[in-house]
Amino acid sequence: MRNFSLLDHQSIPKHEIMSEEELKSVLKQYAIDKEQLPKIKVVDPVIQEIGAQVGEVVRITRNSQTAGEAFYYRLVIA
Amino acid sequence: MNEIPSIPKRVGAIKFGLLSPREVRKMSVTAIITADTYDDDGYPIDMGLMDLRLGVIDPGLKCKTCGSRAGECPGHFGHIDLVAPVIHVGFNKTIRKTLRSICRNCSRLLLEPEKKRDFLEQLITSKEMGHLPDNIINEVFKEARKAKSCPYCSTEQLEIKFEKPSDYVENGHKLTPTEIRDRFENIPDEDVKVLGMDSSSARPEWMVLTVLPVPPVTVRPSITLESGQRSEDDLTHKLVDIIRINQRFQENRDAGAPQLIIEDLWELLQYHVTTFFDNEVSGVPPARHRSGRPLKTLTQRLKGKEGRFRGSLSGKRVNFSARTVVSPDPNLSINEVGVPYAIAMQMTIPEKVTTRNIELLRMYVLRGSEVHPGANYAIRDDGRRIRVSEINKEELAEKIEAGWTVERQLMEGDIVLFNRQPSLHKMSIMAHKVKVLPFKTFRLNPAVCPPYNADFDGDEMNMHVLQTEESRAEASILMQVQENILSPRFGGPIIGGIHDHISGLFLLTRNENSITKNAALELLRKSDVRNLPEPSSFSEDGQPLWNGKQIFSQILPKGLYLEFPAQVCFKCDTCKKKQCEYDAYVVIEDGEMIQGTIDEQAIGAFKGKILDKVVKEYGTEAGAKFVDDFTRLAIRGVMKTGLSFGISDEDIPKTAKIQISNLLNEAEEKVKTLIEAYEAKELEALPGRTLEETIEMKIMQELGKARDQTGNIAGKQLGLENSAVIMAKSGARGSMLNLTQMAACVGQQAVRGERIRRGYAGRTLPHFDKGDLGADAHGFVKASYKSGLNPTEYFFHAIGGREGLVDTAVRTSQSGYLQRRLVNALQDLEVQYDGSVRETRGVIVQFKYGEDGIDSTKSDYSKPEAIHRIVRMVTGKEVN
Repeated sequence: MRNFSLLDHQSIPKHEIMSEEELKSVLKQYAIDKEQLPKIKVVDPVIQEIGAQVGEVVRITRNSQTAGEAFYYRLVIA
Repeated sequence: MNEIPSIPKRVGAIKFGLLSPREVRKMSVTAIITADTYDDDGYPIDMGLMDLRLGVIDPGLKCKTCGSRAGECPGHFGHIDLVAPVIHVGFNKTIRKTLRSICRNCSRLLLEPEKKRDFLEQLITSKEMGHLPDNIINEVFKEARKAKSCPYCSTEQLEIKFEKPSDYVENGHKLTPTEIRDRFENIPDEDVKVLGMDSSSARPEWMVLTVLPVPPVTVRPSITLESGQRSEDDLTHKLVDIIRINQRFQENRDAGAPQLIIEDLWELLQYHVTTFFDNEVSGVPPARHRSGRPLKTLTQRLKGKEGRFRGSLSGKRVNFSARTVVSPDPNLSINEVGVPYAIAMQMTIPEKVTTRNIELLRMYVLRGSEVHPGANYAIRDDGRRIRVSEINKEELAEKIEAGWTVERQLMEGDIVLFNRQPSLHKMSIMAHKVKVLPFKTFRLNPAVCPPYNADFDGDEMNMHVLQTEESRAEASILMQVQENILSPRFGGPIIGGIHDHISGLFLLTRNENSITKNAALELLRKSDVRNLPEPSSFSEDGQPLWNGKQIFSQILPKGLYLEFPAQVCFKCDTCKKKQCEYDAYVVIEDGEMIQGTIDEQAIGAFKGKILDKVVKEYGTEAGAKFVDDFTRLAIRGVMKTGLSFGISDEDIPKTAKIQISNLLNEAEEKVKTLIEAYEAKELEALPGRTLEETIEMKIMQELGKARDQTGNIAGKQLGLENSAVIMAKSGARGSMLNLTQMAACVGQQAVRGERIRRGYAGRTLPHFDKGDLGADAHGFVKASYKSGLNPTEYFFHAIGGREGLVDTAVRTSQSGYLQRRLVNALQDLEVQYDGSVRETRGVIVQFKYGEDGIDSTKSDYSKPEAIHRIVRMVTGKEVN
């Protein structure tokens, strides 16, 4: 049994499940479908940890050398 | 819309299989039975190799299969029925493995049923996972080969030896292709599956040929020589051989010839079919042309650098290009390229004749193709090309009218692309304006050498002449040199002053204080400066004098404000900025150089701060003008004082020499004491290192320090007026280390960062004692290049030098391949207008380019300096 959270690790960026409205605004901003987002497997340890389901989109907040903080969005797939 | 919008047509799957004899016959339009090609009238013979049903290549004839003419008909396959089966060379490996893993009697795979099932399951799962089945199949072959007897019919299995090129020997008996084919035919379909083949598209027996497909004539066109003689393609020659032997075989067998003769002929047929597929099989003498040249058969067409893939599909040759040696011409603009007359007269640009330019174009045609701005071709409105010659030029000039096209020769001002290989970044191909010049080399401004990585030791470069108005417009907006002064790699200038440009302006701005009017005008002659500023001082006889900073200020744009430390900056602990006592802090106010010295930091390629600022604030045109101006000024500046370097510039006084040799002796002493301490086991090992590593490190440190100190002594003696010191300090060429090595001490020679240890047992050279750890025994060179190296020093120097050469060779090949892989992986990514990076399907790769969406060439290193300056100028207050 694992008794620590992956999200606490310093090299794992913040992952969070996006709400419908947030997702809508992001898709509208880039004028794309959900399918055109980068993907992440549902079996990915971090995805399992936050409990995202196939079809949901996670927002990843990464530390960036150039911009300080950068957002990435990934579609959870089977 | 739930799916990704697809590319017009998508390939669902590609399946590779073997051609079955049935398929070969099905796609064949005719059997080929005669080895002859054409009859006496030059008409293709029926059922011959040039049969009209196989397609047409001669104009005027019609294909008997599809009815189209030459050029439209894609060609059709024929076939040759082989009298006896032969092995296909390409499958020798698979045939060998398969033969060894099946029973010689019942042809079943030599594995227990459970094992077969197991392997089959593995194959299915690996296919599902998208993995290659190779490893599993190899495992199957390995397992099956182990069997001593068949698990089904209990027949004892014999060892099968493969003998090059295509013989299979079982227990001393040579297996004929017929026997092999029979064995393969009997393998049950389930077993074929375990072998990794799909029995519907690749039965093992199809690896032994009974029917040979004959490629269409369009694949092997014959050419008519000037003498009217026909010359056949190599493939046709090979097919002729195959048919001849096939026929002879048939006749001999029908006549009941002895077994020996039959076997010989069979082998001969095998040879011809083998070389038809591949003429470079090891163990097979290549089939040759009558002239002795080896034939180019199927494999040779595809393989290698000049093969179909690398030569014809990935690589293309182009027209309207020229190549010659490059040489420098500082009087050209960076946007220009000097093109030799000989090339300009060959290269053409098509121009449509209109009522507005007809007179001009008529003049070109009238001049003909032998006088420079002339024309080489005229194209009529019906598309016919007419060469302009001395004979027809007058007549042609008369005939020209609107609607025609004239291919005029390359002229001054035309836009061309200029390129030097290897083309590693976008600045390796830039657009230049043509300047037609005498002599035979391309000329370019030395300031554009850095982006091309060119020098003039024999480098050649390519020029491409753009043929359409759109391409010229695009090139001049996007690719012209001035648009590429700033490199997107680091956001700074990649073009800038080199060598003499830097030393020239350094000398001019450092201490030139008494420039007379004549000298000042001479310096600024090639720039468009027409007024001199107020003189800075007057000579004793009342003549006005200017200083170098004033002269340089003349080519700076008005309104330029800039401050930065120069290359010669001593990097003091606290920078005194404007109060710098070494004149190493450059201050420019309103385009006026107040103080400082111009050097690499100001105008150098990759560094030039002034150039960077000028381009970013005044635009690319001003940037190009600034480069043109300062290169010309610098050349005149360096000629005014003169800068030369000779062997005597490395001279240092005797006292300094003694100082240096004392210092080196001292260092050697110190090394000796270190070694003594080590041998007495008194030395303490550094953390994480062995005793041996510690002593090596300490010795290296000691000797390195000694070398640096000798360098300082020599540097002091040479002084700031020494040409080499000027070049090193200003960043024009060379370094202080180079100088140290020339004048004081070359220092430790190293292989892989360690002192030299290789050589004889226990010592590097027989000149030293075994186990000697001393400085001189391990490659420390006390001498300077000027004083000369002693024999052992020379030898060690050669060892170190060789390592450097090997390193560069290895590095270039490795980084070249890495770059190739990266380019192939990233070439289709594109930055969209919304700042996102997407691939061809529109799937996002990066949501904002570089995560901040900044174009480095348009940003001032993400610092708010410009705003601060504006606030300062308007309010007079400093912002923080």
